[in-house]
Amino acid sequence: MFDDFFTRAIIAGVGVALVAAPLGCFVVWRRLAYFGDTLSHAALLGVAMAFLLELNITLSVFIVCGAVALALVFLQRNATLSSDALLGLLAHSSLALGLVALAFMTWIRIDLMGLLFGDILAVSVADISVIYLGGAAVLAVLALIWNPLFAATVNHEIAEAEGQKPDRTNIIFMLLMATVIAISMKIVGVLLITALLIIPAATARRFARGPEQMAIIAALIGAAAVVGGLFGSLNWDTPSGPSIVVAAMVLFLLSLSPVAGLLLRNRAVLPGEKP
Amino acid sequence: MLNPSEPLVSLKNVGLEKSGRWLVRGIDLQVRSGEIVTLIGPNGSGKSTTAKLALGIHQPDEGEARRASGLKVGYVPQKISVDWTLPLTVERFMRLTRRLSSADIKQALAATGIAHLASAEVRNLSGGEFQRAMLARVIAARPDFLVLDEPVQGVDFAGEIALYELITKIRDDLGFGILLISHDLHVVMAATDQVICLNGHVCCKGSPDAVAESAEYRNLFGDRAAASLAIYQHNHDHTHLPDGSVRHADGSVTDHCHADDGHHHDDGGHEDPVGAAVRNRQETDHV
Repeated sequence: MFDDFFTRAIIAGVGVALVAAPLGCFVVWRRLAYFGDTLSHAALLGVAMAFLLELNITLSVFIVCGAVALALVFLQRNATLSSDALLGLLAHSSLALGLVALAFMTWIRIDLMGLLFGDILAVSVADISVIYLGGAAVLAVLALIWNPLFAATVNHEIAEAEGQKPDRTNIIFMLLMATVIAISMKIVGVLLITALLIIPAATARRFARGPEQMAIIAALIGAAAVVGGLFGSLNWDTPSGPSIVVAAMVLFLLSLSPVAGLLLRNRAVLPGEKP
Repeated sequence: MLNPSEPLVSLKNVGLEKSGRWLVRGIDLQVRSGEIVTLIGPNGSGKSTTAKLALGIHQPDEGEARRASGLKVGYVPQKISVDWTLPLTVERFMRLTRRLSSADIKQALAATGIAHLASAEVRNLSGGEFQRAMLARVIAARPDFLVLDEPVQGVDFAGEIALYELITKIRDDLGFGILLISHDLHVVMAATDQVICLNGHVCCKGSPDAVAESAEYRNLFGDRAAASLAIYQHNHDHTHLPDGSVRHADGSVTDHCHADDGHHHDDGGHEDPVGAAVRNRQETDHV
């Protein structure tokens, strides 16, 4: 079944969505949307570095994104600029640096559109194994730090006073973000990864009564958006990344419609929840 | 296990500096099991900063902050807001940093008077209800050391008395060491073992005197309430003037009060009639 490029794309895309959505919940709760953007812009610099140093692209993107995330933590502690100014500075300098570096390497022909917007044709069996192995590792680490990370999200000082070590947890979370961006770049492209993090989580918010529930619902919505978007992409010959994001947006709009409101009211009681 | 003879937390001559200014300096403080230590002082006097030094959220720039090893801490910070994007019920909030049994959660919520709100979303709570939920959370976790930073803000007056009584009761029943912050200079609990008055440094400390016989308090709070309230009376040897300078008992004026000064009062600082009444009475006493 891996012979069909489309099947490969669906498997890869669903894998990415299942990992991105739970992390995306934290992006929404912690108001880190712009941070996600910054990391994905830095991913392009990672691609340039991979060609320059002949590294594996996923690995190189992870290293650059991780470095940018740590640079941000360091700058936030020591600089006199606000976080959003620092993020803008890091995002656009790394994007520009990446584009300039790619332009210099005239001996390489790169499908820039594929990098920016994703390319379903390019998904190989090796990519799928990277997504599933990397994704499983990300989810395992996230499950381990879930409680301290959530406590730090609700209130940093309570978490710190009560022994949850929020600073360490935050750094681990940032590295998880870097990993997700590295493995999902091929499917949605660097410009739209943040959408895959945020839109399913935003859609799930209305239906969720607790943080764990929101993460699971977001993962399912993300997977549905990937399947819908890729079918659309195949049908109408549109780029895969934007098609997935459009599908996610449609699901979000549906969740705001009266039909969803009716569903919300008549919803069966989910396990672990009091009526 | 904790050694009962050791203090849970001790600060020795602790100071914290931020951009060239000492937020607090020369703080000495100890909290033992079963003891309630209350910090009072005007706005900006370093009460919350001192609490954060005791909790280890801030590291001191001078002096020494020590916590007993294995200390289980509960913290009710001043004024936190929960982001409205968080799907968080009161019950899940109770489990934020610790595993708790449903029975413990139910009991703590009942004790703080919000048993009916267990499955309510935190963002829909009123200020007073949220404050009760925060208190319930730390009580249910049964910590060794509890820091309560203005724990009754936004709570209605009857509730305020009930919560202070609850805090005293849990100290008696469960033996927590409690560091309590109040900006009410005049209202501290009768059960407080030690009151520390801060104004960037420790102005004075000691045990609070009962105020049950004070006619003003009886009139204001009623007989029953007066029994659980106390006033901390002390002599003022310097006065903070509106421009920030300090007039001492001998009539001299300086820019700041000195570490060896005793208690002070603000000429323009009291906004409440009770404080003003108390101050006026005390000033009459001086004459």
